[in-house]
Amino acid sequence: MRKIVTSVIAGIGLALACGTSVRAQDKELTIFWAEWDPANYLQELVNDYTAETGVKVTVQTTPWPDFQTKAFTEFNAHGDAYDMVVGDSQWLGAGSTQGHYVDLTDFFNQHKLGDVMAPATIKYYAEYPGGSGKYWAIPLEGDAIGWSYRKDWFEDPKEKEAFKAKYGYDLDIPKTYAQLRDIAEFFHRPDQKRYGIAIYTDNSYDAMAMGVESAIFSYGGDLGDYATYKVDGVTNSKEAAAGLDMYKELYKFTPPGWGKTFFVEDNQAITGGLAAMSMNFFAFFPPLVNKATNPYADATGFFANPAGPDGKRFAALGGQGISVVSYSKNKDEAMKFLEWFIKDETQKKWAELGGYTCSQAVLKSEAFQNATPYNKAFYDTMFMVKDFWATPEYAEVLDQLNQNIYPFVVGGKGTAQEALDKTAADWKATFTKYNRYK
Amino acid sequence: MASVALTNLDPASRAAARGWSDLTIRNMFIIPTLVFLIVFNIFPLIYSLGYSFTNFAANRSEPWQFVGLQNYRELLTDDHIWSNFVITAKYVIVSVAGQMIVGFGLALLLNRSFPMKGLITTLLLLPMMMSAAVVGLFWQLLYSPSWGPINYVFGLGDFAWLSNPDSALYAVAITDIWMWSPFVMLLSLAGLSAVPQHLYEAAAIDRASWWYTFTRITLPLVSPILLIALIFRTMEAFKTFDIAYTMTTQPTAELIAIRLYKQAFQQWDTGKSCALAYIVLIMVLAITNLYVKYLNKVKER
Repeated sequence: MRKIVTSVIAGIGLALACGTSVRAQDKELTIFWAEWDPANYLQELVNDYTAETGVKVTVQTTPWPDFQTKAFTEFNAHGDAYDMVVGDSQWLGAGSTQGHYVDLTDFFNQHKLGDVMAPATIKYYAEYPGGSGKYWAIPLEGDAIGWSYRKDWFEDPKEKEAFKAKYGYDLDIPKTYAQLRDIAEFFHRPDQKRYGIAIYTDNSYDAMAMGVESAIFSYGGDLGDYATYKVDGVTNSKEAAAGLDMYKELYKFTPPGWGKTFFVEDNQAITGGLAAMSMNFFAFFPPLVNKATNPYADATGFFANPAGPDGKRFAALGGQGISVVSYSKNKDEAMKFLEWFIKDETQKKWAELGGYTCSQAVLKSEAFQNATPYNKAFYDTMFMVKDFWATPEYAEVLDQLNQNIYPFVVGGKGTAQEALDKTAADWKATFTKYNRYK
Repeated sequence: MASVALTNLDPASRAAARGWSDLTIRNMFIIPTLVFLIVFNIFPLIYSLGYSFTNFAANRSEPWQFVGLQNYRELLTDDHIWSNFVITAKYVIVSVAGQMIVGFGLALLLNRSFPMKGLITTLLLLPMMMSAAVVGLFWQLLYSPSWGPINYVFGLGDFAWLSNPDSALYAVAITDIWMWSPFVMLLSLAGLSAVPQHLYEAAAIDRASWWYTFTRITLPLVSPILLIALIFRTMEAFKTFDIAYTMTTQPTAELIAIRLYKQAFQQWDTGKSCALAYIVLIMVLAITNLYVKYLNKVKER
């Protein structure tokens, strides 16, 4: 009898144990992100979480041009296809005010993330409205505009001598936009199929805006007052116009037909031996140090965005925070995942895999800064970043900017001042329409 | 033997013997089709008409409000929108005219006997069988000033077709002509093959010139089918999105369909985008009606 009871209890225990493990395996989380290398690194990282907890985590991706449309289509349908989304920083306004994101303020304060993550990443990836102390995302992938360049061209003694003779100073990594322009002009040799510089010009999403705003910020301009929505005299200030003028000046030294370019083309400018310097987000630099994808990998260097005429130095912020989707059926499980994600050892592993951690401790570590040829430039950049409007109507605002600056930069129509005056007028009308002026 | 046995039965018994009556079979096909049409076509059409009078935004949770004709008023007084319509009109004229000329020209060339005629006709039809988005990307490469063959062939050096605000729209139109001329060619071939041979024989006996024969026999008899091709291509050109969207982001090549897409799925201005869609629909219907009236006149001749 005792044997039977023991066997039954053992059987029940075994069944419960199996049942528990089966239930853990049944739990699944889906993270939605754009299709690029960091998403693959994230999938590698979350496999560790699956191994630890038994919760299967899938990083679902879609090409960049569809990312916003697909994500918001799902949000608008209140769909639960995604438990978390690694959304662009500009989505914060729409995600938070339209009820798509779960409020993470308590989580943020409980884990003192303000002290853990780099300040700029909290300001732009997590907090909305600015300065409100309300948080909607955990900084996940830091990113910003940086530059790659051909070290071999820059270090060639003949080139150095010729450059010095022409411009009166040494050919080196540009410290200012004026130097960036000079170097671009110097290396621009269409007859040799060599060109000075590759910049962003695609205006279907935010590529060109990111390139232009990097110049505008460094020239002392701003896109507007994000707190008051003031645009008159800010968006169209003389400094902003000078920054836009410089961007147009740089366009003169791009390869021919450079009128619809984003990260793929800008990397191809280096891998194809076309350009001396190329703008890109840091997250797109890994292929440039890989000999399999860049024949000039050994000769490719990196630098942070240069300063404007008054020494101001900024770069457009890219990158994303991870948010919990409010329509998810697995919100509790998602919160547990975030607790795991913010651990120091997880952040360290994330950086080792190639992800751009936003953890201050990891960013400041020697190990991180020496891990790749571009990590030092990334570290420098992450403390001088500024972002685009994160207002809920940002898509409309972005489209208006694109409509006005593209004809000037690529088409040579009008002046920088006219383009920005028109932008300021359009934005004022848009913000008025959405009752932003109270 | 069984069929013979069936023919001896009255209709009701025959149907019973077959299992399904003609009425049942008809209903099996017609009712689902009607339901499908109503659910997926007519209902959304009416529903979106309703939305066009509201400030509804699909990405916002707050309730929409009725705004009357405000969306239509704002759209029709928006310079950007009119600029998009002008661009679209230019595109339609260039693209459709090009397709008609090239397509009909090809049909005239193919309307005779020569070796490998079938193979050549098939090859000429290939462009219209491709995905428009793929065609757009493919032509983007062809136009590339760095490695595209077009500039090399025509000796245009570094001319940037798609980055130049003055040429971007025409570059897209050329692509559309390449893709859709075969469609016009196919319809024209059908029309040409229907022209009675004895008319040409009579013209030959009368020593009529090629031009006279073409203008007095070929063109009048083929024109109804050419007008049908014109209707189809105008409607399609007016709605062009995929080719243009994949090829260029030039504001000077922003067709109305691209503006509509941006308004609906990037700015989520659902109410206004529904209104814009209706404005486009009304315009297409108006143009099509003019064509149909003219087509009927041609047929009456």
